[in-house]
Amino acid sequence: MKATPVSNCERRFLLRAIEERKRLDGRQCYDYRNVRISFGTDYGCCIVELGKTRVLGQVSCELVPPKPNRPTEGILFFNVELSPMAAPGFEPGRQSDLLVKLNRLIERCLRNSKCVDTESLCVVAGEKVWQIRLDLHVLNHDGNIIDAASIAGIVALCHFRRPDVSVQGEEVTVYTPEERDPVPLSIHHMPICVSFAFFQQGTYLLVDPSEREECVMDGVLVIAMNKHREICTIQSSGGIMLVKDQVLRCSKITAVKVAEMTELIQKALENDQKVRKEGGKFGFAESIPNQKITAFKMGSAAVDTNNVEEQAEEIIAKADPPSEVFAKPILHTPGTAQIGEGIENSWGDLEESEREEAAEEEGESEATAFECQTVETEETSTMSETKKDEPIVLSDSEEEEVVILEPQELPKKTRAPASCSRNHNRWKRRRRKESRNLSPANPLFYSDPDVNDTEYSCGPAWVSCPGFNC
Amino acid sequence: RCPAAAGVTKCGLLRHRQAGGAAAGGAYWVDSQQKRYVPVKGDYVIGIVTAKAGDVFKLDVGGSEQASLSYLAFEGTTKRNRPNVQVGDLIYGRFLVANKDMEPEMVCIDGNGRSSGMGIIGQDGFLFKVSLGLIRKLLAPKCEIIQELSQLYPFELVLGMNGRIWIKAKTVQQTLIIVNILEACEYMTAEQRKQALAKLSGN
Repeated sequence: MKATPVSNCERRFLLRAIEERKRLDGRQCYDYRNVRISFGTDYGCCIVELGKTRVLGQVSCELVPPKPNRPTEGILFFNVELSPMAAPGFEPGRQSDLLVKLNRLIERCLRNSKCVDTESLCVVAGEKVWQIRLDLHVLNHDGNIIDAASIAGIVALCHFRRPDVSVQGEEVTVYTPEERDPVPLSIHHMPICVSFAFFQQGTYLLVDPSEREECVMDGVLVIAMNKHREICTIQSSGGIMLVKDQVLRCSKITAVKVAEMTELIQKALENDQKVRKEGGKFGFAESIPNQKITAFKMGSAAVDTNNVEEQAEEIIAKADPPSEVFAKPILHTPGTAQIGEGIENSWGDLEESEREEAAEEEGESEATAFECQTVETEETSTMSETKKDEPIVLSDSEEEEVVILEPQELPKKTRAPASCSRNHNRWKRRRRKESRNLSPANPLFYSDPDVNDTEYSCGPAWVSCPGFNC
Repeated sequence: RCPAAAGVTKCGLLRHRQAGGAAAGGAYWVDSQQKRYVPVKGDYVIGIVTAKAGDVFKLDVGGSEQASLSYLAFEGTTKRNRPNVQVGDLIYGRFLVANKDMEPEMVCIDGNGRSSGMGIIGQDGFLFKVSLGLIRKLLAPKCEIIQELSQLYPFELVLGMNGRIWIKAKTVQQTLIIVNILEACEYMTAEQRKQALAKLSGN
């Protein structure tokens, strides 16, 4: 299939919105989307979700003879694949420009920066070394695959454990995981890519562009940096002309973002480590909380000047601690079993009146365009003009009334990035209150109390994989 | 399709409408939810012009094939008086021909030759995509979502059955708010939506 073209009015609207410093999902210019990291049951398997963009990283290893000109170093092999389920424009078996660019970028970021110690991968010099293979699959494309892929890559490499090996003279023994615990790779530092999209010949700059923003951007600058503020890779594509202080400014922003991201990754890795050690359940099945049929995080637009409504997109790493999952299947009859319980059917509750759909039989009269040209002048003019930029103060009484986790549209959620320290405390306070007030019995608004980000589940009773674009 | 009974090929709720005045007999159909659009004859959709090939425009409607639209299929156009359509414009029209064997064809006039709301959609505003179920919900006769939204700000709205919605409000900010509310309406219940809108209008 061909990718959906960008229409003129979308392009115009997006550029106008960017000029007014507004983004589609209400983020600020330098804000990242929600990052969520979850690990699989195997070591070295992880899924990184950056907003709706999803990348799966998998690391595997194999003993091979080394390269002739480097007999004492292990081999690293990187592979990025764009799955056709990620976007309609991706077709299997075709090497598009984007794919080549991604592969080169990931290779430069992870190989040339020498983040993995290849000398430690040597088993017998000149004869046997470990070949580490990293496969990155893009599962959903909603913009900024580069960042998501680089995070997935480095997280997978950090998470991976290779079998332990001992060499006695000429004998090499490779221990299975049962005999001896597998050994992590030796990672020196964690390079992470940060993408900057430029608009209007470099006048406006956005961090972490979403898919629509990527379609209208002039060019992109990718900087890969680690937390020690060392630039590992820098690449500018799209033919934009950048001034020196723009690049310097971008690198400063990168340093901040990378520091945050590294912290999240560390937390995620630690959480997962803890869970495995304690013998709890881990893996993808556990990361997806129970009873969640459709999980979409939506935020409403931040209405800055007129109406102040901030939505919370928290950047939190998530390696979910095990929720109270019952993994035992329930046998109904021989041959049919049920794992888990379906959510209550909420289609009937969606509107008060039972609505009939405008099916084709109804005829064209029903299905005409609903051009709602409401010319209501009375309330809108008063509303839009008179508001100032006032932050909404969370009063304690409001928070106490919250019985369920509110959906993302409701205001007063605050963000956790380092730049917003005032809001940070508010958010923390709110979190504790919410986790106390949760009522687990409500089937429509179930949310895992251990989950840090606010998700809710409701909607039609059909199962779909969260985040996948059909 | 078996001769004696009908089999279900999609998952969803089975719905029924009694025999009404206009429709002959009752109707059964399956309410299902999907995001990918399949062109159906008579559906009103929003298409994006991708190419101008001689007398015909090629439109992307979100299906597997691009639809074709003749330049004469607008109201008031003749061979001399062509419509002013550029690549990348949005067109609201309906399908004249849509089956799995042929390329779909669209027109922007109804049976009598009048446009009845179809044609080129204006330059401003914003287009975004939602699932097909939400569109059908919004097009239902008494849709509260639209009524509640209209009390917030005035806006223009075009709904295409292929999941595309075009919105235009007075400012960029208002447009963005409406876009986000509509996208979120998919998963909000009426209660949550009322709360969200109350907070918006209260601010």
